[in-house]
Amino acid sequence: MMSNWPPGLILIIGALLLPLLRGRAQAAVFLMLPVLSAAHLLWFLPAGTSVEIDLFGYTLNPIHIDRLNLVWGYIFHIAAFVSALYALQVRDPLQHVSAMIYAGAAIGAVLAGDLITLFVYWELTAISSVFLIWARRSERSYRSGMRYLIIQVGSGVLLLSGILLHFRDTGSLGFTEAFYTLLPSDVDHLWLGLTSPGTQLIFIAFGIKAAFPLLHNWLTDAYPEATPSGTVFLSAFTTKLAIYALARGFPGTGILIYIGAVMTVFPIFFAIIENDLRRVLSYSLIDQLGFMVTGIGLANFVHHPLVAEMALNGTAGHAVAHILYKGLLFMTMGAVLMRTGTINGSELGGLYKSMPWTTAFCIIGAASISAFPLFSGFVTKSMIFYACAEQHLTEVWLVLLVASAGVFFYSGIKIPFLAFFAHDSGQRVKEAPWNMLLAMGVAAALCILIGVMPGPLYAILPFEVTYQPYTVMHVITQLQLLMWSALAFTVLMRTGIYPREIRSINLDSDWTYRKAFPAMIGAIRGVGQRVGDQLKGALTSHLKKLYEFLRQANESQEFFERNWSTSTMVFLATVLLVIYLLLYYL
Amino acid sequence: MNSENDNTEKTYWLDRPANVNKVVYALYAVCAMLVLADLLYHKHVHFDFEKWFGFFGFFGFVACVGLVLAAKVLGVLLKRDEDYYDE
Repeated sequence: MMSNWPPGLILIIGALLLPLLRGRAQAAVFLMLPVLSAAHLLWFLPAGTSVEIDLFGYTLNPIHIDRLNLVWGYIFHIAAFVSALYALQVRDPLQHVSAMIYAGAAIGAVLAGDLITLFVYWELTAISSVFLIWARRSERSYRSGMRYLIIQVGSGVLLLSGILLHFRDTGSLGFTEAFYTLLPSDVDHLWLGLTSPGTQLIFIAFGIKAAFPLLHNWLTDAYPEATPSGTVFLSAFTTKLAIYALARGFPGTGILIYIGAVMTVFPIFFAIIENDLRRVLSYSLIDQLGFMVTGIGLANFVHHPLVAEMALNGTAGHAVAHILYKGLLFMTMGAVLMRTGTINGSELGGLYKSMPWTTAFCIIGAASISAFPLFSGFVTKSMIFYACAEQHLTEVWLVLLVASAGVFFYSGIKIPFLAFFAHDSGQRVKEAPWNMLLAMGVAAALCILIGVMPGPLYAILPFEVTYQPYTVMHVITQLQLLMWSALAFTVLMRTGIYPREIRSINLDSDWTYRKAFPAMIGAIRGVGQRVGDQLKGALTSHLKKLYEFLRQANESQEFFERNWSTSTMVFLATVLLVIYLLLYYL
Repeated sequence: MNSENDNTEKTYWLDRPANVNKVVYALYAVCAMLVLADLLYHKHVHFDFEKWFGFFGFFGFVACVGLVLAAKVLGVLLKRDEDYYDE
């Protein structure tokens, strides 16, 4: 019985019970739900579990667990627990309920074995998570959440359309194998799995949630507008669900290598000039996704099976490391926002004096995202680099290297520096509450543990790991890259070349739908109004003429005033009936 | 913030500019040592340019300076007032 119980459902049903409880009981259940769900996964749903049900004559596979999605199953539970611990002091049942439904939906989605189940959970993550943004209860967050919801639900609509077309083409609703196994695969590997309109639509739907370039803006728009703990939840699930979906459906699709490479670099420019530190982290979230997307593209099992295993291991491992350090960084910035009431770099600084623990945890998160030796990013990201080098993709490799230097530069240094050091803003606040510190502590400990002892993480990756991260060359070259980037930061800061933080916003692709489209619609409406006015004028004058003509005809008593005989009328009616009959039989 | 508090507050180590300079000099020293360390081991590489002396250090420095200069140009084009989108 328990092995038929879909994963994630414990969280979703439990979430609905939360409003019935109060105070400590509510907090306790909130915290225990991820633990219960994790225990269920560990005991009842080992790799190899697959449950099929028949629904309306179609076979669905709501639970399908193998070594690939189990990695996501584990880390999503850890993320749900740590984020719940962080959100424990929030006295807002709405946030607790939506966060748990959201986490449950994400877990259900990654452990689903068919596309229909995936779609249902896909939409549920969108609908449940928007309340974490709206819970800020401001006009700004309301509008931002609305844009987020429209784009997320839109991604689901594309997904469903793609699924239906794919089903028509192949008769398959399964989501346990890559799409190219069902399609003609004698194509250039750049477009592997993308040869049917159905899979193309599915690819775009995944791409929206994975924040592909130009489809990314919902993320940097909405995540910084959510509540302090809401952003921590958001950063863990939606995008990594999309990464899983791409890894499952499109491994080795070459175009992903280049999409991913672009994703690693373009957010850096925005992050350098951005003032809102949680928005800086949102941009750096995209660039970390870029590494994973590249890894999926490199996982070409058709031509380079061994490299493909390493690339997919790198992607899954980096997703795990990334969820932890990105969550940690968002937690520290959430604490700063909660205590100081602002998250703008221009108004912060010197907080290490009053928030020493938060500072230390932030530095650990920064070291992990920058891939310092002994921290988590170092042992996961390098597998993607290695797979890239093995395929001799020099340009891509160099782009990833620029991104690696850049991520340290703006995420690893800028975030801790502006918030906790820089010039003293004079703010003297209380340290974060105990539960927040504990949550940050757990995440920080895991970041270091993975970095120091990668063995346990490597053991749960989809394929056997033969990679050795700690070589003399890897450690020294990585330290060179990072320390010289720090040198660049110092020199640019001291010479005043580094852009100063000022209160401002930066335009991004959301400008198209926040400014350009409304302006265009306004312009079109203006033109339409003018054309309409002219048409109306012309029509009125013609109608007047017609009226005048009829009035004169009437006055002349020739046509309309004539008395028609009954027989003529009967004849006309018969003609009409015959015409009608003819038309009917045609 | 209340100024009486500020007067009695203890001075932190990093509050002294001289100590900030010490941190910066330490960074210079670390950077120099890391590049010199390239002389001490053999590199197994995928690409020939990885063998160049101090490649990763210099690459990181140039990449970061390039990124910042490009971002500054971008900032001129993209920066707007905070209330730009306020409807």
